[in-house]
Amino acid sequence: MMKIDFSGLDASVPLCGNTDELCNEISTEQKFELPTAADFDGFQREAVQMVKPAKGTTTLAFIFKEGVMVAADSRASMGGYISSQTVKKIIEINPYMLGTMAGGAADCQFWHRNLGVKCRLHELANKRRISVTGASKLLANILYSYRGMGLSVGTMIAGWDETGPGLYYVDSEGGRLKGTRFSVGSGSPYAYGILDSGYRFDMSVEEGAELARRAIYHATFRDGASGGVATVYHVGPNGWKKLSGDDVGELHYLYYPVEPASVEQEMTEVSGL
Amino acid sequence: MESVFGLVGKDFAIVVADSSAVHSILVHKTNEDKIMLLDSHKLMGASGETGDRAQFTEYIQKNVALYQFRNGIPLTTAAAANFTRGELATALRKNPYMVNIILAGYDKDIGPSVYFIDYIASLHKVDKAAFGYGSYFALSMMDRHYRKDMTVEEAVDLVDKIIMEIRSRLVVAPPNFVIKIVDKDGAREYGLA
Repeated sequence: MMKIDFSGLDASVPLCGNTDELCNEISTEQKFELPTAADFDGFQREAVQMVKPAKGTTTLAFIFKEGVMVAADSRASMGGYISSQTVKKIIEINPYMLGTMAGGAADCQFWHRNLGVKCRLHELANKRRISVTGASKLLANILYSYRGMGLSVGTMIAGWDETGPGLYYVDSEGGRLKGTRFSVGSGSPYAYGILDSGYRFDMSVEEGAELARRAIYHATFRDGASGGVATVYHVGPNGWKKLSGDDVGELHYLYYPVEPASVEQEMTEVSGL
Repeated sequence: MESVFGLVGKDFAIVVADSSAVHSILVHKTNEDKIMLLDSHKLMGASGETGDRAQFTEYIQKNVALYQFRNGIPLTTAAAANFTRGELATALRKNPYMVNIILAGYDKDIGPSVYFIDYIASLHKVDKAAFGYGSYFALSMMDRHYRKDMTVEEAVDLVDKIIMEIRSRLVVAPPNFVIKIVDKDGAREYGLA
């Protein structure tokens, strides 16, 4: 005799008397659907990358006479979607040191907080603040140990230590560069354009802040993934200070005023025939 | 793009490297020193991934220093080259370092020498070596103009020629180069004292 299999019509939780507790554990089907992709790992990596916030960014920092100027935009995007316009991309590691955020927001936030802890412990153990060189190397060594495992970090460590102002670029590929002028993120080529043409070492704090703000504004104007608020910090011998935070939409009226267009062709009255 | 090359002269060896730090289309820096002083009489010019280059060359430098500290005598250039090769070879089947190395040194009773070590851990003792996109120009020009008994001046003339050729023929040519020399008086940057 042939039996017809009705199991497909059964309720997902079968009724099976008094041993129901055990029964439920075993027979309740636990499942989730997998995407129909030939290369699942690749698909997953791509999908995660697509929703990783703070991909498109403009951040910059430069050393000048008065210390270090650090500036950033505030937009976080997930693919084409703007997920936030009020992100703090300049991370305060301690009163004398700042980090910037480009790449994965979580990766940057977590590892900067982690760096802050390590810097404080160094301070307690050695009774003096860690140098910018040392702090950036701590971070670079951590990121290097995780290389190829999907971390996405592009950061600048800026601060003031016993040797004066310090600036390092550190990324998740393990790169660490000492320098006087950096810009990181998708808007960085635009920011470099403004920065390189307007930079002088002997700028005042006001001039430096203006240059940094302008560079961020012009980057947000051309780079769709950057926008929101242009924040500017300055690090001097007495630590960092936030100088400004301006909506780039407002800056637009300041930096890119609409000019009255000349009328090329006057409309003439249609005279009656 | 990256160019590292070196050669052995009459009583010295010379290593040259570009000094650009590049990320996709952006030049982040044009004064990055890619030639490390391993000890007083050894130079290590390296090209490859930024992170690997910095980490690996520093690792070798510290281990060479540790050997000298423990034993009271420095490694010979040949020993340092074989040690470097060994480290690359053990890393090769785990997590390879993407670095190509030109190791130059001067030993009292042996004289100057240059070693070619690539990221797949092959080691050759050579008179002249080159890595990176600049190597296509450097290799042919060194084949044509190199002599075993070159003086420092002649070698620097040749190096200048090669740098000019790279700058004029290579699409994305780096603007600045670092030249370092090692001889009986030690390793130093050329042009500085």
